[in-house]
Amino acid sequence: MIEVSDLAYHYPDSNFGLSIDRLAVEKGQCAALIGPSGCGKTTLLHLIAGIIPSQSGALRVNAHEVEKLNDAERRLFRVRDIGVVFQDFALLDYLNFFDNILHPYRINPGLRLTGEVKQRARDLAASMGITDKLGRFVGQTSQGEMQRAAICRALISAPAVVLADEPTGNLDPANKVEIIDILRGYARERQATLLVATHDHEILDAFDLVVDFREWSR
Amino acid sequence: MIVAIRNSLFVAWRYLAFHRIRTITLVAALAIILFIPLFLEWVVRDSREQLTARADGTPMVLGAPGSSLDLVMNSLYFTRARPQALPMPDVTAIDETGLALAIPLNTRFSAGAHPIVGTTLDYLEMRGLNIAAGRSLAVLGDALVGHLAAQALEVAPGDSVISSPEDLFNLAGQYPLKLNIVGVLAPTGSPDDKSIFVDVRTSWIIEGLGHGHEDLANTEDPSVILKRDQTSIVANAKLRTHAVITAENLGSFHFHDDPEQFAVTGALVVPRDDKAGTILLGRYAARSDGPQLVRPGMVVQGLIETIFRIKTLLDAVILLVGLATLLTVVVVFMLSWRLREKELVTIFRLGCSRGAIAGFVIAEIVVIAAASIALCGGLLAGAALFQGKFVEMIIS
Repeated sequence: MIEVSDLAYHYPDSNFGLSIDRLAVEKGQCAALIGPSGCGKTTLLHLIAGIIPSQSGALRVNAHEVEKLNDAERRLFRVRDIGVVFQDFALLDYLNFFDNILHPYRINPGLRLTGEVKQRARDLAASMGITDKLGRFVGQTSQGEMQRAAICRALISAPAVVLADEPTGNLDPANKVEIIDILRGYARERQATLLVATHDHEILDAFDLVVDFREWSR
Repeated sequence: MIVAIRNSLFVAWRYLAFHRIRTITLVAALAIILFIPLFLEWVVRDSREQLTARADGTPMVLGAPGSSLDLVMNSLYFTRARPQALPMPDVTAIDETGLALAIPLNTRFSAGAHPIVGTTLDYLEMRGLNIAAGRSLAVLGDALVGHLAAQALEVAPGDSVISSPEDLFNLAGQYPLKLNIVGVLAPTGSPDDKSIFVDVRTSWIIEGLGHGHEDLANTEDPSVILKRDQTSIVANAKLRTHAVITAENLGSFHFHDDPEQFAVTGALVVPRDDKAGTILLGRYAARSDGPQLVRPGMVVQGLIETIFRIKTLLDAVILLVGLATLLTVVVVFMLSWRLREKELVTIFRLGCSRGAIAGFVIAEIVVIAAASIALCGGLLAGAALFQGKFVEMIIS
């Protein structure tokens, strides 16, 4: 679960500020963060993931008090407990899909790459319908396939929280629905918390909770 | 730790393999810049060893006035740099002093790429050359071939080899002579291995100073006779001279002048003892004209010093080029990592540890360095096959 209270964040040298009195997303719940571009959706996702440290308030993700973690702990927390999905997929061009999916295990010694993990990568790819694309590179596949591979990478460590930043932003309508269904399916099955930042109102019906950001940003 | 290293190497390897053209270019540039000084050092060291060993094994060399370096290189390595002709009386003069043995060398001719060395049996003894197959020189036209020359020419005792004309335009003098191979020398690892040895008188026949032809007194073809009187018979150009010396025509070979007055290219001088050597050197050093007598070790030392001076200059140039290459490689690396800034942001957001990024950079450098060293090793191994040729090039 994600629990935010009295959270405030200001970018240095900028007028933008984010202030959240309270936000709670339970285990197994799927929440959408909506609002115009620049309203702070991505900033909140970064704060929750520990990508940027919070300045005040409390931020709890399951058992972790994120605001109290140091840099190394936040990195380990991120790679173990958080799955991150990006709008631009952020797959590495020099790795094939299979190695892209396994990449979190190669960038932090806190995760140990085993045969079991590799099998999980294959199973995830099979569940996403990209088994035959595992040997392909970024330039050799479609946008939908790339986002599926990126989701496999986000889910490979079986995270308790999945944060997705505009995951459907680059996809056609059919792929949008499929990608959201895949993320929701994972959250239900694993009792994981799903938080999706989006400005795509067509997909909001799929979420248990919709949070409008306009009231928090100033 | 081992897992982290393995992961870093894996990621580095995948990156380098994906950008293979950039990687190959970097590896090749580093390998070449590594290879050149090592190879140069290797060739120069081997050249010095070979030059020194051969020079140390040759007490003194006698030759006509002129370049002592040309004389020594020709007498020791049978190089194409031919010194001026040394009259045989100068060679026999050494013998007559009783202080040393003079071994004539006539190296003007060759059979293809293999020098023909006209000398005496003393040369074989002085160099410690043993006959691996066949027999030693006995009569005119006999030839002993070095181990490598026999391999290259694919000849054995009983075969023959033809001398190459020294000058294609000298129609009046030298004709190719078919030499009878009577023996093959055991390998010595010296220039002797690539040479063909004949008696010095055979070399004069190659030179056109002697020849063999049919007996004019009993010829069956009177048209070859130009003029006949009580004391001599003069033949015209129709007279056939022998191009090969056989047991049957051996007796017809003769010199029209006194062989004792012919010339050679030089002579090895083996003094009776150190004192005799010093006396001889002193005598020749005191002369302002006439032949020169030199210690090859001293002449070669001068050559080696020149080679090392050139090498020092080359080392300095290579150092600068190496430094420029290294700086270029550093710039390429830095630009490459700047281009990968988006990747760094992505892996940071995924939870990459601080050490992992340093690990990727180090692993990439290690892989490039290892590949460059391996390629350099390969180049050195390949060059080793031709190293003898390079050393030969320096010597000649």
